[in-house]
Amino acid sequence: MSDSKSNGVKMTSKHLDFYYGNFQALHDVSLEFKKQQVTALIGPSGCGKSTYLRCLNRMNDLIPIARVEGKIMLEDEDIYDPSLDVVMLRRRVGMVFQKPNPFPKSVYENVAYGLRVNGIRDKGLIEQRVTESIQRAALWDEVKDRLQESALGLSGGQQQRLCIARALAVEPEVVLMDEPASALDPIATQKIEDLIHELKKEYTIIIVTHSMQQAARVSDITAFFYIGKLIEVGDTDTLFTRPRLKQTEDYITGRFG
Amino acid sequence: MAGKRQSTEKVMRTFFFCVATASIAVLFMIMVFLFMEGLPVFNMVSVKEFLFGVYWYPTSDPPDFGIYPLIVASLAVTAVSAVIAIPLGVMTAIYLAELASKRVAEIFKPIVELLAALPSVVIGFFGMVIVAPFLQQVLGVATGLNLFNAALMLAFMSIPTICSISEDAIYSVPNALREGSLALGATQWETLWRVVVPASISGIATSVILGISRAVGETMVVLMVAGGAAMVPSSIFDPVRPMPASIAAEMAEAPFRGDHYYALFATGIVLFLFTLFFNIIADIIATRYRQVGEASL
Amino acid sequence: MRNSKMDITQEEYAEAGPEKEQKTQAADRPPKAGRTSSIIHQTAVRKQRRRRFIQKAIFSVFRLSAVINALALFIIIYFMVKNGIGAISWEFLSEAPRDSMTKGGILPCIVGTILLGVGAILVAMPIGVASAIYLNEYARPGKVLRTIRLGINNLAGVPSVVFGLFGLAFFVIYLDMGVSILAGALTLGAMSLPVVIGSTEEAFKAVPDTYREASLGLGATKWQTIYRVVLPTALPGVLTGGILGLSRAAGETAPIMFTAAVFFTPDLPESIFSEIMALPYHIYVLATAGTEIEATRPLQYGTALVLITLVLGMNLIAIIWRARLRKRLKG
Repeated sequence: MSDSKSNGVKMTSKHLDFYYGNFQALHDVSLEFKKQQVTALIGPSGCGKSTYLRCLNRMNDLIPIARVEGKIMLEDEDIYDPSLDVVMLRRRVGMVFQKPNPFPKSVYENVAYGLRVNGIRDKGLIEQRVTESIQRAALWDEVKDRLQESALGLSGGQQQRLCIARALAVEPEVVLMDEPASALDPIATQKIEDLIHELKKEYTIIIVTHSMQQAARVSDITAFFYIGKLIEVGDTDTLFTRPRLKQTEDYITGRFG
Repeated sequence: MAGKRQSTEKVMRTFFFCVATASIAVLFMIMVFLFMEGLPVFNMVSVKEFLFGVYWYPTSDPPDFGIYPLIVASLAVTAVSAVIAIPLGVMTAIYLAELASKRVAEIFKPIVELLAALPSVVIGFFGMVIVAPFLQQVLGVATGLNLFNAALMLAFMSIPTICSISEDAIYSVPNALREGSLALGATQWETLWRVVVPASISGIATSVILGISRAVGETMVVLMVAGGAAMVPSSIFDPVRPMPASIAAEMAEAPFRGDHYYALFATGIVLFLFTLFFNIIADIIATRYRQVGEASL
Repeated sequence: MRNSKMDITQEEYAEAGPEKEQKTQAADRPPKAGRTSSIIHQTAVRKQRRRRFIQKAIFSVFRLSAVINALALFIIIYFMVKNGIGAISWEFLSEAPRDSMTKGGILPCIVGTILLGVGAILVAMPIGVASAIYLNEYARPGKVLRTIRLGINNLAGVPSVVFGLFGLAFFVIYLDMGVSILAGALTLGAMSLPVVIGSTEEAFKAVPDTYREASLGLGATKWQTIYRVVLPTALPGVLTGGILGLSRAAGETAPIMFTAAVFFTPDLPESIFSEIMALPYHIYVLATAGTEIEATRPLQYGTALVLITLVLGMNLIAIIWRARLRKRLKG
């Protein structure tokens, strides 16, 4: 057992800098994410919170001019180590996007997709995992009779929970959520938030949100970003009631220019 | 003042509408004149004899006007060229849309466009003087001017069509789908094969049909390279005489409004209907199975 | 404060949230997936290398197919240049063929091809641009638009030899133009119409809507907006489309075989009713029907080289020009 495992830390970033070409989008971000906790990343738009999130499963690799300095550890592995297979990383660190992006396939195939690409051939196992994942995403009752229908026929909120089910199916250890409810109506939002509460029992969850109420409702830890820097991080309750820094206080009280 | 402006508006609008129908008018005129000059042949042979007659001896006495060998030749050449062109065209499209870096793509795209711009007579000439002797030597076949050679040349004429339309279709698959797949631990190839290609399949299918349609109607290549024998081929190295080749080669000698002349126009009708059929299928696929985009909310 | 529905729900929800959270039913929770998860992990690890390898192999095939296309182009150009360059001389470009076309130059063919190409574009440009204006500026989605588009797409798919037949039946015979530059140019014009419409429309589409809105907002009518704002902005793109149409028309053979081109004529054309020689047809004739096919090989290559220089040159100009335009419009 390594150090990080024993104290419940799942992911850490150490002095992370991120560049788009010559533009530095993140400055020296160091953060820890603990198991069975929800960490919310907040801050005004353009503050780098989404960029940071996408560093955690190396989604930024897709941008040719992007460059990362510093370290991100998943338990005791450096995820930017050249010998690490990014495909394996992304299975372990799942992601849910801002806009629901189900594949143009059936509900069932959407969830089975991750299993199939990861080499699972056993039909029984796939069926079991698909069912479990949809149940865990609190979507089962709504879709159990239409598993073979196109996922594009579901409502936005259902699609987003399907995307969560899809992410859970491959048994990730960490789930990254990039403003998962920003495109949804309040009722669908509520369902997603309930789900996050439920899921944190098993997963490390990191969520980017532009809504401070949402951060307050769902997260244990909140980190406040501003123009590419991590300004303050702490227990959500503390951060929202007694922020240490003036900048944080200005932001959470809405006094931001 | 306002009244005058409004009426000008109306006039302009009507004017542009009328001009825009020119394409339909031309298409209609093509049909009218093809039928006018082609139908008289059926006073001499029945439609069935014409389409399924296996002898094409238009100048013997009495002449035989059976275009079955020509139809088979056209279909065979097209099928073989499709076998070459579809994988090459689609794979190149995928490479350009998904894999190549921006710089590499900027070099390759003009290359594909230039390939499309090569005059067909030059490709035919190349097939005749370079590829034919090469095939004859390497494969030891009787003549290098044959079905396979023509199909190979035609393939490179339909690849640009297939490639550019497929590329557009693949390129327009929303990035969110790619990210969704990659985030599940799929490799880039798995993402491509299981998500991107299925999502753009209607565009790819359209491109393939248009590419094939181009091959069916292409004239100079089959005229110069296919070998010209009006026989049903038994191997892909047999010389053949596809419909366009027959029309182009014989029209100059056919006596004006004689039976041979009518028969060539009637062959033109068949050829026209073939390509019309392909194009309408392509259109139906493109409009009915519109590309599935991002999830709607 | 409570003026929007969204606000109400959000606030009410904020109050209801914590209670709701406790209500999540334990029964709904599926059994823990300890066993299966390890299987997924193990399978993924086991197949990791294989998946990487498959991807690598397939991607190299894709790259190869792109390279094959490039090679095809270069091989064709290479042979034309290598075998044709020797034939090119001032005499070749400036004289008429002599001695049953076994000697001399190809001037009448060059002139003929240029005349046919320019003639075709004079026919296709006005109609094509006007069609594109209608399609892009006036037409509203509906049955009419769909029918016109279907017509254009099908016209684009008509085989070139069928255009030849049409030109023969309609222009040469019915309108009694005879085998002439006029008949050939009209036939080629009809054939390049879809190309011109397509590229012109692209040029119109590239004009930002804000330009149109600004003009309309100042009280200009639609036609004034098109004439004074859209057309000038799109003009370079429209001309690019014209060049592409011209090069396509200049390279075609089948449509002019029965309508304009002849085997041999020593004189340059006198009027639009003259019959003429043309580069593509000349290549075909020399390569297949000449009296001394082998002896005239160099002439064939030379002619082919001149033709591809002409056609690819125009295309290259259009491609480069278009790339610059795109960059400029993007800002």
